[in-house]
Amino acid sequence: MFTMSTTLETPKLTAKDFVTDQEVRWCPGCGDYSILKQVQSVMPELGLKREEIVFVSGIGCSSRFPYYMETYGMHSIHGRATAIATGLKSARPDLSVWIITGDGDSLSIGGNHLIHLLRRNPDVNVLLFNNEIYGLTKGQYSPTSPEGKITKSSPMGVIDHPFNPLALCLGASGTFIARSMDRDPVHLRTMLMRANQHKGTSLLEIYQNCNVFNDGAFEIFTEKSSKKTETLMLEQGKPLVFGEHADKGIKLDGFTPRIVNLADVSVNDLWIHDERDLGKATLLVRFFDDPSAANHLPRPFGIFYEEDRACYDDQINAQVEQAVAEKGVGDLDGLLRGKNTWAIG
Amino acid sequence: MKGFSDEGKTFFRLLMNTMNTSFESRKHVVILFAGDSGDGIQLTGTQFTAVSALHGNDISTFPNFPAEIRAPQGTLAGVSGFQLHFGSVEIHTPGDAADVLVVMNAAALKANLKQLKQGGTIIANTDGFDPKNLKLAKFPDGVNPLRDGSLAGFRLLEVDVTKVTRNALAGSGLGTKETDRSKNMFVLGLICWMYNRPLEKIIEFLKEQFRKRPELIEANEKVLRAGYAYGDTTETPMTRFEVAAAKLKSGTYRSIMGNQATAYGLIAAAKQSGLSLFYGTYPITPASDILHELSKHKNFGIKTFQAEDEIAAVTAAIGASFGGSLGVTASSGPGIALKAEAIGLATMMELPLVICNVQRGGPSTGLPTKTEQADLLQALYGRNGECPVPVVAACSPSDCFETVFEATRIAVEHLTPVFFLSDGYIANGAEPWAFPQTADLPKIQVQFATNTLAQGEKFLPYKRNEKLARAWAIPGTAGLEHRIGGIEKEHETGNISYDPDNHEFMVKLRAARVAKIAEYIPEQKLDSGPDAGKVLVVGWGSTYGAIKTALIELREMGLDASHAHIRYLNPFPKNLGDLLKKFDRVLVPEMNNGQLVKILRDQFLIDAIAMNKIKGIPFTATELKNRIAELLK
Repeated sequence: MFTMSTTLETPKLTAKDFVTDQEVRWCPGCGDYSILKQVQSVMPELGLKREEIVFVSGIGCSSRFPYYMETYGMHSIHGRATAIATGLKSARPDLSVWIITGDGDSLSIGGNHLIHLLRRNPDVNVLLFNNEIYGLTKGQYSPTSPEGKITKSSPMGVIDHPFNPLALCLGASGTFIARSMDRDPVHLRTMLMRANQHKGTSLLEIYQNCNVFNDGAFEIFTEKSSKKTETLMLEQGKPLVFGEHADKGIKLDGFTPRIVNLADVSVNDLWIHDERDLGKATLLVRFFDDPSAANHLPRPFGIFYEEDRACYDDQINAQVEQAVAEKGVGDLDGLLRGKNTWAIG
Repeated sequence: MKGFSDEGKTFFRLLMNTMNTSFESRKHVVILFAGDSGDGIQLTGTQFTAVSALHGNDISTFPNFPAEIRAPQGTLAGVSGFQLHFGSVEIHTPGDAADVLVVMNAAALKANLKQLKQGGTIIANTDGFDPKNLKLAKFPDGVNPLRDGSLAGFRLLEVDVTKVTRNALAGSGLGTKETDRSKNMFVLGLICWMYNRPLEKIIEFLKEQFRKRPELIEANEKVLRAGYAYGDTTETPMTRFEVAAAKLKSGTYRSIMGNQATAYGLIAAAKQSGLSLFYGTYPITPASDILHELSKHKNFGIKTFQAEDEIAAVTAAIGASFGGSLGVTASSGPGIALKAEAIGLATMMELPLVICNVQRGGPSTGLPTKTEQADLLQALYGRNGECPVPVVAACSPSDCFETVFEATRIAVEHLTPVFFLSDGYIANGAEPWAFPQTADLPKIQVQFATNTLAQGEKFLPYKRNEKLARAWAIPGTAGLEHRIGGIEKEHETGNISYDPDNHEFMVKLRAARVAKIAEYIPEQKLDSGPDAGKVLVVGWGSTYGAIKTALIELREMGLDASHAHIRYLNPFPKNLGDLLKKFDRVLVPEMNNGQLVKILRDQFLIDAIAMNKIKGIPFTATELKNRIAELLK
């Protein structure tokens, strides 16, 4: 029913082709700029036409995103982008659907829709901009703000225990669980490409700095001085190695991950990353220690887990096809007549 | 009959019965089946309705069940009822009072006796009047209404249904529990005997229903036949009635329930618009049957989405609509409240969306299984900001078909969310329906925007046509990429705009867009009565049948009032104001505390008179008749 217009010579699109005429209105220095730039630059690599792409967002700073993408887009209401995208993708499996959401949008007001999106697994991509704060409403704590955090709405410190977003998403049967950061464009691009490639719901959490209300929340992971010791960059089939001089590793002791010095332990004895191992992923998403704690584990970035599972959009359409195959195309007159009629006159 | 053989006894009984029973002719009859919610009362009622409809009677039904699936057995809270009005004359309501009351236990009698006409017939299952059941029904110690003479004003027929059912199934191998579950078939068989109805269609139904349990087909059929035979053989003199076929307008009819008609109307509208139907919903009484029905017909290209909550249901439908499907969501009042913000979004984005509200008693959880019309103001005003949404309401079970079809037409031709209002009474009620042929259904005009832009020309997503509707430019259309959302739109460009003048302009434009629909809907007609005069009764929704019946009865008494029933509640038909002003008094009966009456007073500055019933049950024709007669004085 929906035919894409094709021209014989489609010129290759560039990042510029995805820039709209709208003035970008994030605060100067916001991490969102970097994410926008990477998304715009990745888009031409996906082999899609602009008209085949839809960005759907909820409410929050990040949710302004669709206005800046020269594709189809919807800036919807708070927390509901995930549900809207489910309906859109079910109706139009031919489209490439991207959900832009924040920590408040997806984990607080839209928490219910997020977990149900993940269990249904339609083939969409979720970019979860996590800045651990409410920016648009000017600085209240979010469901990912750490305990004790002083914010405008928590002058005595946050008492709510925060979500571990990736543990939540894996727990909700997510089939693609990944983390990246605004300050590492190369890594972010790789993650965006992989998210797009995954068939199913791809959940990419992006640590994003809100330089106005929560500046430096992820500094320890993003700044050169501490990045190597505090982060664990996951690579498929590679041992979990980190440290200033790649001198530390993670070894599994039963189900307990231990930090070891590579001076003492052979690299061959380390935990080998396997994106397809749910057991390991379940442990890996729990690498969520407070970086100021003694003996804390480094924070992983990359693809924690990937699984192939049937997609909701395929299945909802397959049932229609199955019904047609079994019963034939619906006969409206037959339906209206029903089984029992009587005539008068 | 001492000394007779068993066959001889049967022969004698049959002979006696031929003498005792006679056929009396009735124009119309109301039967109220009542029992425990586990007694299969709804099934008994719907099956007898089906055979009466096939017999050619006009019918109207009113199922009345408790909110609990299985309230404690034998209690007043657990009583389930099904009222059927059938006749050889036009029937517009389930009837004010019952001619026959079938009660499976003491609680059912207690809860429904006031519904029975003086001199009416009670068929009582005596097993349901044992001391335990009497106690559960809160009769004082030692009091049994079957024995204390309190039912002297009625014809009482006592049958130990449990015993006769068990006898009929002795040796069948079925356990007591399963045996007792066939009790309703005995009652159904007996009623079929009483009204001289064949059993074949019911047996066909049983075969379909229990196709995986052949032993249950056999058992139920046996008990059904036993019930019928009981009528033939009982020594109690019983009258049999003949209710001839009704002289309905010529045509081919079927029986239809409101929610079923709503589902069919949506399917038909999808077909006539060439759109695929996406139905996003969350289970809620009394709207769920629309989902059940639609999910059976996926071969019509229908996608049903049972969402995680009401908000996901409506927003997924909006997403589908953005993609070029016919997005539909349905619920009842509490669910509609949850959808309000999303309906505002659809209003702002100017996307088609059909919102079905099968109303029930409110507020909050209210009376989930009872009917009410108290969500009209919610449909009209229940959102933040100035957020006008067109509203249409169905007036009978079969009218749901045409009304929801109209809701869809308005939604897709005017690119707007539209409310379709039904209620528990018509959703679960049934009536005969002279169903249409596809060829007679109107086409719904849908045009997706195509790229006709000149080089360098920008697409204007909020540019409007003569209906003030913007273009439906769906993803996949090259060159028309655009962004929409809930933030105020700049006129034509659709860009975000906080400009004060633009906001006021757009608020007024959205109101004008809805008002404009008045040019695309039929004028208000009178359902009956003179064009001008003393009293006009203005109704909307499910009060239709009761008002119509009241006016017919008044005319038989030589009193004449007029009746207008409003389907298009926002915008109103253009001529409504003029029509109202031709009458001295305007009476507005509603199953709420006065909602349409407020709107009529507001828009037309008339002294409309409210008549309200807020009991979770419909108006009776008698109540209306009395009030109208007063006004006619």
